[in-house]
Amino acid sequence: MARVVVVTSGKGGVGKTTTSASVAAGIALLGYKTVAIDFDVGLRNLDLVMGCERRVVYDLVNVTKGEAKLSQALIRDKRVEGLYMLPASQTRDKDALDFAGVGQVIEELKSQGFDYIICDSPAGIEKGALMAMYFADEALVVTNPEVSSVRDSDRVLGLLDAKTQRAELDLEPVKAQLLITRYSAQRARKGQMLSVEDVLELLAIPLLGVIPESSVVLQASNQGTPVILEESTEAAQAYLDVVYRFLGQERPHRFIDDEKRGIFRRLFG
Amino acid sequence: MRFLDYFYRGRRKSASVAKDRLQIIVARERNRAGTRDYLPLLHQELLQVIAKYEDIDLERVSVNLDRRGECEVLEVNIVLPEDAPGHDAAPPRRVASGLFNLGAQS
Repeated sequence: MARVVVVTSGKGGVGKTTTSASVAAGIALLGYKTVAIDFDVGLRNLDLVMGCERRVVYDLVNVTKGEAKLSQALIRDKRVEGLYMLPASQTRDKDALDFAGVGQVIEELKSQGFDYIICDSPAGIEKGALMAMYFADEALVVTNPEVSSVRDSDRVLGLLDAKTQRAELDLEPVKAQLLITRYSAQRARKGQMLSVEDVLELLAIPLLGVIPESSVVLQASNQGTPVILEESTEAAQAYLDVVYRFLGQERPHRFIDDEKRGIFRRLFG
Repeated sequence: MRFLDYFYRGRRKSASVAKDRLQIIVARERNRAGTRDYLPLLHQELLQVIAKYEDIDLERVSVNLDRRGECEVLEVNIVLPEDAPGHDAAPPRRVASGLFNLGAQS
């Protein structure tokens, strides 16, 4: 049974698109047919982060309006078998999407045998974001350890409980899990940054993973490579852990504790 | 001492300040999200219906939305006039009240 997963946050710039690209690529690497859909109509970026911007011909809006077939708009990744992306329109305005049209596209993707449909939400809580979350079975809430991001994530959690198809049909609620990105264990230890514990206590949803702050994330997006494919790096390892946990495997959390503290604790703790 | 306080406060970890501020704002916003925006209109319409049958005092009506566990409860209390016509043995003070269970909060 296909799962629809929204990657959302409320606040912009916290790593939704980076996460969508890496999680989709990771799930596909593990053998599932996966598509990442960009819902940011007018400001598409998932194509750039996934490095297929020059192959975009048709987009999600074209498909919902019947101007192109789904197969014409889907872009197949050249690196990872079973990974596809569906770009957003760059020229239409954000009201170009409608629930019925998006619902049809998702049904068609399911009937084509996709196992995971990753919906990359735009920032904000307006129509585009509501459209991205409406059909979701699960949500990855991407949060930076920073006040505005945490507040916005809490707001988004309220919307997931109220404004989705699952909420309207009184089905089991959307399963929301937390992904903390751009985390610095060292700064959290020094009390300069909200800790993983703080954020968990405030948002009260299960932790899927912590992605450490890393220069590799920018380097990967510069090159149009999902950072999870930069295998030897911490960010890639963290995303791979996230993917395994998302698919139900137990993995110990890493990158939460500062290394130095670990040694200190062993000696004096 | 104030001088020292200033420095002490200055040294308070910013992360714990952030957490305190967030706890307050997040709790407040969750409450606001729970309120139903049709409440004022419902209040008006309920009064109109009851005013058809009883001469009611607008000051002595309360409409509240409460949370009891997982459920939202709409509570309406209306104090009816003491000697309404057509009631032989009217108690000294009559109160029409109702609790409406709105189900699990959305």
